[in-house]
Amino acid sequence: MSESIAIQLNGEERSVSASSLTELVEEMGLEQRMIAIELNLEVVPKSQYDVTGLKEGDRIELVHMIGGG
Amino acid sequence: MSDIFNVGTYSFKSRLIVGSGKYKDFQTTKDATEASEAEMITVAVRRVNITDPGKENLLDYIDPKKYTILPNTAGCFNAEDAVRTLRLAREAGGWDLVKLEVLGDTETLYPNVVETIKAAETLVAEGFQVMVYTNDDPIVARTLEEVGCVAVMPLGNPIGSGRGLANPFNIRVIKQRANVPIVVDAGIGTASDAAKAMELGADAALINTAISEAKDECLMATAMRDAVRAGRSAFLAGRMQKRAFANASSPTEGYIWD
Repeated sequence: MSESIAIQLNGEERSVSASSLTELVEEMGLEQRMIAIELNLEVVPKSQYDVTGLKEGDRIELVHMIGGG
Repeated sequence: MSDIFNVGTYSFKSRLIVGSGKYKDFQTTKDATEASEAEMITVAVRRVNITDPGKENLLDYIDPKKYTILPNTAGCFNAEDAVRTLRLAREAGGWDLVKLEVLGDTETLYPNVVETIKAAETLVAEGFQVMVYTNDDPIVARTLEEVGCVAVMPLGNPIGSGRGLANPFNIRVIKQRANVPIVVDAGIGTASDAAKAMELGADAALINTAISEAKDECLMATAMRDAVRAGRSAFLAGRMQKRAFANASSPTEGYIWD
């Protein structure tokens, strides 16, 4: 387990131990969900989660679908 | 008779598109959506609640294999946010058919057409099939078509107002001049509004609040299903001409007193 780093996750300061997006998704328990991730304003393809590392201060948006018209 | 609703590269039997907002719970969303027999359902893109990320989700109830999911940009007030939102939606579910709406203010929820056109240009260039919410303005509708949107969706009245069609004449003008499907989106409050939209020639109707805020959501969903079908059939059938005065329905000869 790597040391925890501080990131902005969905607008909140958050300390995470994940070192990649794959680990972050696992840490959140969202492996089975239809989600998408934006890292510093760029959408990251799911195929890149394994190789996309996290660094201090990263801004992450983690979204899903909800009811809407 | 087959009367297929083609939009972009997609084809549907149903001309009713439903929303998934404002339902009291997911089970009712599912039941009413099934009752509507719609094949396309809009969804919104929002942040996962990071304090409770594993909580139930709409898509646990609305199966993306069964329905065409139409992600929207509700709540976006500029082109940039709308584009970001739909890029995320495409990554989440692989959906390329999207509903673009860029709003102008929080009170009227009328579209900001300048930002809408900007966003549409970007999204079309990125390969999205854009169904675009807009004003009932025939000139703007045509511009959005020229930009490359696969459907133009003029409002009947403000979102969630249930006030019916404010300007039926404009809906007809938009339809008559369009080469892409026209979907009446927003304002439909009850079944007769939906039928009226279809009688005017709209290719489909997008309905959310009228169903989700009905006392009996499932019954209203079936009413909308039937109204859209009835209105569509009446449009295709070609209505009679209106007359200023009466015209007897029974023969005016062979009376017993003649």
